[in-house]
Amino acid sequence: MLHNDNNIAVKVTDLGKAYRIGVVEEKEENLSAVILKAILSPVKNFRKIKSLKNISSEATGKDVFWANRNISFEVKKGEVLGIIGKNGAGKSTLLKMLSRITEPTEGRIELVGRVASLLEVGTGFNPELTGRENIFLNGTILGLTKKEIEERYESIVEFSGIEKFIETPVKRYSSGMKVRLAFAVAAHLDPEILIIDEVLAVGDAEFQKKCLGKMQDVAGKEGRTVLFVSHDMAAVKNLCNRAILLQHGSIVFEGSANDVVNYYLQNAASITSQSNLDFSQAKGNKNFVVTDIEMLDENNNNIQIAESGRDFQLKISYETKEVAINPVVIIHIKNNLEQILFTCLSRNSYQGIMQLKNTGNITCVIPKLPLLSGLYSIDIALKYDQELTFYLENIFSFEVESGDFFNTGKINSDMMNGMIIYHKWEVN
Amino acid sequence: MSDSRIVTVVDAKNKTFFFNFKELIRYKDLFYYMVLRDVTVMYKQTVLGFLWAILNPFFQVVVFSVVFGTIAGIKTGIAGLPYPVFSCLAIIPWNYFSSTFSASSNSLVNTAGVFTKVYFPRLIIPMVPIFSKLVDFFISLIILVLVMGYYQYTPGSNWYLFLLPLLIIILSSAGLGIWLSSLVLQYRDFRFAVNFLLPLLLYAAPVAFPALKVKEKLGNTVYELYALYPMVGGIEGFRSSFVQNADFPWTLVLISGASALFIFISGAFYFKKMEKHFADVA
Repeated sequence: MLHNDNNIAVKVTDLGKAYRIGVVEEKEENLSAVILKAILSPVKNFRKIKSLKNISSEATGKDVFWANRNISFEVKKGEVLGIIGKNGAGKSTLLKMLSRITEPTEGRIELVGRVASLLEVGTGFNPELTGRENIFLNGTILGLTKKEIEERYESIVEFSGIEKFIETPVKRYSSGMKVRLAFAVAAHLDPEILIIDEVLAVGDAEFQKKCLGKMQDVAGKEGRTVLFVSHDMAAVKNLCNRAILLQHGSIVFEGSANDVVNYYLQNAASITSQSNLDFSQAKGNKNFVVTDIEMLDENNNNIQIAESGRDFQLKISYETKEVAINPVVIIHIKNNLEQILFTCLSRNSYQGIMQLKNTGNITCVIPKLPLLSGLYSIDIALKYDQELTFYLENIFSFEVESGDFFNTGKINSDMMNGMIIYHKWEVN
Repeated sequence: MSDSRIVTVVDAKNKTFFFNFKELIRYKDLFYYMVLRDVTVMYKQTVLGFLWAILNPFFQVVVFSVVFGTIAGIKTGIAGLPYPVFSCLAIIPWNYFSSTFSASSNSLVNTAGVFTKVYFPRLIIPMVPIFSKLVDFFISLIILVLVMGYYQYTPGSNWYLFLLPLLIIILSSAGLGIWLSSLVLQYRDFRFAVNFLLPLLLYAAPVAFPALKVKEKLGNTVYELYALYPMVGGIEGFRSSFVQNADFPWTLVLISGASALFIFISGAFYFKKMEKHFADVA
């Protein structure tokens, strides 16, 4: 039992959460059936809404979806646990249960100490109120008392870096200022257990660095327990002691952060084979869609991890509704801070006139991959006839390992920053 | 840290029936800032500001006095009580009730973006209007003073009794607000229901006419059943406490008080029962 064990901060036992999802309804074909259906619809709607709440661990049927099932783990005091998994693996639902926003359908959670969750910074900000008023409102929403906020007020304002505008209504703020203020409040919660979901995806790079530093502070402090959900493998490796990997709502791998991240990357094929391409997030008219992305080496072998200095191919499988003549394919390569490092633009680099029809592959070849070891992601966009046909950010992410870029027998070191550019030296 | 002993247990099998009062007390500052927010934001970017809290009942009193007092010729039933004073004494508590009730009913739906992101005791949300609307209520008492002054009407000596019916009004608007807030969140139908119920509830309450008319026309049993509608005892009691030579309607106040208490407690229990589904249905 948890109360007897002083070292455990979080204990989760057989946790599960089921949702009812909509099922496709039969379409009525004749008028009388349509009218009858309309008359009976209040009864049906009532049943439908009522059934949303009426769900137990025995619930079955095709409209029941288990977002999480059979999840058990323990987190020791002072430990930083990373939670990774692809979109839809159940990470967010797990965090929502841990932060008590939604109740589990089955199982048990025990938390020792004050819990604060940062599922979305700036929750409850009121645009009409000033920055100062919002610090107090947001702070109390996140569980602080008035006295605690007063003690931290100076520090919060300083951290946000917007002292000058603190008496200005938040509606006059830029979105960046809002995020700064919101994160400043969140960073001063100082709870025993902190639950974080991808907050680092906000703000500019400089501010992100500041936030990462603050998180490391929190994690480093004795007795602070952090649960950290992220797609940023480097951040998980850097910040977390241990990690769990979720797949289809359950834990499939558990261990040191390094092991779990490596397992995740090496098994990326089996994980991404269910498709990481969430088209609902894509912009554009989607006459053209990307159906698959593969990485190949110079011998056309599939690879899961790329290597610096080797030829690198990105094979993009597509489907198109209309024949596209002379489209523009745009690929952004980004680092793990989501900064674009460079762009592959077919308009400038493709020789001849590109034609895309039905289904096929576009392969972008980058000789001597000029990336340092680390994690990278790409955005893919396709423009045709001046119109955006497809645009999906972070459509694919991949890891690069160090390699012998310069053929000198020395692999690149941590003294190098940014990207690798071919260069020579002359000494007289 | 002292609060490192806070142990939170969430168990799917555990169905608690009662509110966690300790937790509610821990969040009292949030409650305070939410009330403060409502009050600060209410008249932001208006020219007249808090004057609206006076203008609104003023025009209502004028219209009621002309339509019901003069044209329909409804008598106040008490010698020497001018109709404008009579209606003003009902309109002010009614306005508090109707604004609280409608704000509270929609409160959960309107803050879904907050409670689906952060945990705090959700009961705070529908309770906030009960206090923030009290500010308007107390400001609008100025109108009462002005109308009474204009007609040179001195309130009766038992005026302090108004606190009891005021409590009934607060309790019933809170109770109905809590009931409706969780119902509206689950079944948006209730949103429409509230909109069309409020004017009906106004006609049904003894705002334009004295409650004794009901006894006179429909008999004593109906009169007492009528008081199950808590605004009957609330408004009639509120009015009587300020009126000279009027008996305080204890029967109505007691029946309405019991009814308001029942609505409030049942609402709180229903809210507690449904609370765990809020994030899923919102």
